[in-house]
Amino acid sequence: MLYTLSYEKSTTTDRRKMEISFRKINEILWHTLYSIGVNVKLLIDRPDGTYCFREYRGRVFYMSEKILKLAENVGANNLVSVGTCIGKFTKTGKFNLTVTCLALLAPYAQYKIWVKPSAEQQFLYGHHVLKSGLGRITENTPQYQGVVVFSMSDVPLGLGISAKSTAECKHADPLTTICFHVCDIGEYIRNEDALVS
Amino acid sequence: MGRKGKFQDQAVKGPGRKAKKQKDPVFPEHLKGDGETKTLTRRQKQRARKRQLKLQRSLEHHFKKNIKKNTKNEENEAVGSDVNISDLTKKLVKKTKINGSSNVKPLILKPAKNVETRKPKLFDSDSGSEKEDDESGDEESGDEEVETLNDVDYESDGIEDDDFGNEAMEEDDDESKGSDSDSDDDDDDDGKGAKDDLLPIERSSKKLLKKLKKDKEEDEKELLLNVATQDVFEFPEDLSAEAMNLQDIQQRIKDVVIVLLDFKRLRDPNRSREEYVSLLVNDLCTYYSYNHFLMERLMQLFPLNDLLEFLEASEVQRPLTIRTNSLKTRRRDLAQALINRGMNLDPLGKWTQVGLVVFTSQVPLGATPEYLAGHYMIQGASSMLPVMALAPQPGERVLDMCAAPGGKASHIAAVMKNTGVLFANDMKRDRTKAIAGNFHRLGIVNSVITTYDGRQFPKVLKGFDRVLLDAPCTGTGVISKDPSVKTNKDDMDIQKCCTLQKELILAAIDCLDAHSQSGGYLVYSTCSILPEENEWVVDFALRKRDVKIVPTGLDFGTEGFTNYRQFRFHPAMNLTRRFYPHTHNMDGFFVAKLKKFSNAVKDVKQNTEEIPSSKRKQDSPDKSNKKMKVATSENDGKLNSVSIQKNFQKKKKKGKKKKDNAFPQETNETSATLSSDGKEGNKRKKGKKGKQGKKGEKKQGMVKKENNSNSRTDLTPNLSEHSSEGGAGIKQVKKNKKTVPSKKVKGVAKPKFKVRTAKPFLKGVKKQKKEANVKT
Repeated sequence: MLYTLSYEKSTTTDRRKMEISFRKINEILWHTLYSIGVNVKLLIDRPDGTYCFREYRGRVFYMSEKILKLAENVGANNLVSVGTCIGKFTKTGKFNLTVTCLALLAPYAQYKIWVKPSAEQQFLYGHHVLKSGLGRITENTPQYQGVVVFSMSDVPLGLGISAKSTAECKHADPLTTICFHVCDIGEYIRNEDALVS
Repeated sequence: MGRKGKFQDQAVKGPGRKAKKQKDPVFPEHLKGDGETKTLTRRQKQRARKRQLKLQRSLEHHFKKNIKKNTKNEENEAVGSDVNISDLTKKLVKKTKINGSSNVKPLILKPAKNVETRKPKLFDSDSGSEKEDDESGDEESGDEEVETLNDVDYESDGIEDDDFGNEAMEEDDDESKGSDSDSDDDDDDDGKGAKDDLLPIERSSKKLLKKLKKDKEEDEKELLLNVATQDVFEFPEDLSAEAMNLQDIQQRIKDVVIVLLDFKRLRDPNRSREEYVSLLVNDLCTYYSYNHFLMERLMQLFPLNDLLEFLEASEVQRPLTIRTNSLKTRRRDLAQALINRGMNLDPLGKWTQVGLVVFTSQVPLGATPEYLAGHYMIQGASSMLPVMALAPQPGERVLDMCAAPGGKASHIAAVMKNTGVLFANDMKRDRTKAIAGNFHRLGIVNSVITTYDGRQFPKVLKGFDRVLLDAPCTGTGVISKDPSVKTNKDDMDIQKCCTLQKELILAAIDCLDAHSQSGGYLVYSTCSILPEENEWVVDFALRKRDVKIVPTGLDFGTEGFTNYRQFRFHPAMNLTRRFYPHTHNMDGFFVAKLKKFSNAVKDVKQNTEEIPSSKRKQDSPDKSNKKMKVATSENDGKLNSVSIQKNFQKKKKKGKKKKDNAFPQETNETSATLSSDGKEGNKRKKGKKGKQGKKGEKKQGMVKKENNSNSRTDLTPNLSEHSSEGGAGIKQVKKNKKTVPSKKVKGVAKPKFKVRTAKPFLKGVKKQKKEANVKT
């Protein structure tokens, strides 16, 4: 739906290539975002205009169409970033969400985990969330579900994957990992150069 | 909001926190003070009574005398006698008041005390009178004399009884006051009445006092004379400053400045002003470790006092300030959160709603969770000024030409509330990473980050409502941040900066759309304080383009220069604003706001003819631009882009004159980079050259004008075009090809590209697309 194509003017090989790549992007993006519990439709049809996703240099950017139209004028070698960077494709064709998408996705997140102030630092240094650091967790979170990690004051700190379901969490001992680290805002310092380009 | 700093000590109000206050301590009887509470013997009481009677009598006598005097000359009386009477009566009243029931006590005790305490001072110096303030004001003058006499009495008579001495004193008080504290006229009276009463020793002491007074006055006079004559700075014989230490140099700096400020009077007649000045420059250079060139520039810029203040201020770090990201939080909330983390904060000033000053911090400011969550940005106070001057409105199209690391640009986005479009451009690709990082951290979604040479930008995109040009500069305003400026700048650097700035400001103006409904504004700012990089550049822009200076909207800062040395700038230059470290406690800064009122480039052909150098400059980037486009269209990866960047850098480094020579070199390089593509590459190049040739003449004039006039209106056709082509999907594909000419996409969408080339925005893209056609 996002990347449906019309192929009238492309050659067969090109088309096949395109088809594969865009289907891939499409699938992966949907899959990834849904895995976090974000409804992509909400992201595209917004009251302030239509938004879209674009892949550029292996990164996927999310932007308003108005901005896109102007950004098209910039030469490919001179463009660094447009709108918000959602994630990147790895060399093996997998899609990873990067921390830059956090501000965009956090409000839509379905499953959340709140960490205690004492565990904030741990998580921001790239560690998993342990039971001892778990403040709250959304009810009915399944196992291996993409979640958004918040501080107790509702500041989004990063993304993770739940290692235990909510029910299991209750009976886990303090050193059990509750949430696997995916990305965190500490990367803005640790990894600034590789974030967007 | 942070805690307000209360720096004045406030008077304590009310009873304090404890409701029950401790009472004053009570001492046992034997510990109490001895003299004052002693009860008097009967004899003592009698004597005291007698004394008081006597006093009253003498008072009456004195009063009568004064009345007589009044008839003689009124004026003196008004001063002298009135004071006496009132003094005396007051004294009496006071003493009775203090000691309550018995008015006997005070007469004995108080003076006795005085004797003890003041005795040594009397003959030491007269100045004691000024210092002492244990008595109430009106009593003071009188008491002085009283005591002196009292002492004399006491000693000469050898009477150990306090009472007697005091008695005499009280009596003499009146008379002595009449003589001493009053003017000379009173002396006659004293001669008649009081002098007769005086003992010889009293008279002699009086003389002594007078003499002392006179001596003192003379001393003072002499001292003043000495100050005037002796303190004049002597010009050193040999100027070799090897042996001097820094403190001596500092002293000499002060001395020379004093001399220079009052040169006529204090100069050494054999030395010229230049000698003094050169001495000062040398000393300043050694003391503050500047090079001569910069110091001389600064001396031309500031009067001497300001210069010293500026140099001092440049040694000290400016306060650390942060800017609240209004997209994510409010200043009050942020301040509260940071205070909880152990920081000491205050709002920056009344002129900004988002600034905070950080005094102390227990945690690193750039690594708090709040920082990582994008609630604030570490940014100098001066960096907020150009954005405030720019005053971007929501929904506008804004360009920040030299944006890295994105402080001002993110401020713009915050002011626009994430609407409209913000182009953040910086030439260095490495530095754009910082922009991207900061923008994503701060949650800015309306941005496009590009890496163009600012001078090329009008060829990429035009029709902006507002442009911020924070031009690269020598950084003479931020010496405290980067002290290397002190030594490594010379004339050539300033010249280079200045040239670059002129090119940039013209490019920035060209990017603007004069017909914009809400805008058409350019803000030009630098962190330099040299007029060559500021007023001169703005003045240049005024002459070359249809722009005018408008008020910056900043209500503080000093006015820009309208004349500086040999320069005479536009009279409206006083609307620009300068900021200095020593007066405003922020980095040295310059802000000018220009409004573009016509898109017509002042007759371009004529212009270019007039200024061949500028034409040359504009031409040379063209070529490189084309090369870039080759690279983009082919998209053959890093090799090309690298070479292009190198070319750019080279071009920048080379001075104006060298540019001509640079051309052949560059062409060689491009052919080298393209050689991997074989013939095709070469062909394409030729084709391009042809085009360029044809276009060359038109380019500046025609195309630009077209673009400018239509840029706004042309947007809508584009939009409709998109939508009419049906299906969001199609749209997206097309675009994808365009923005992402990745290998997968390459060459698919040519025809549609062509349609879009009609867009006036993009000359660059147009060419690129045509090339793509040629290729297939």
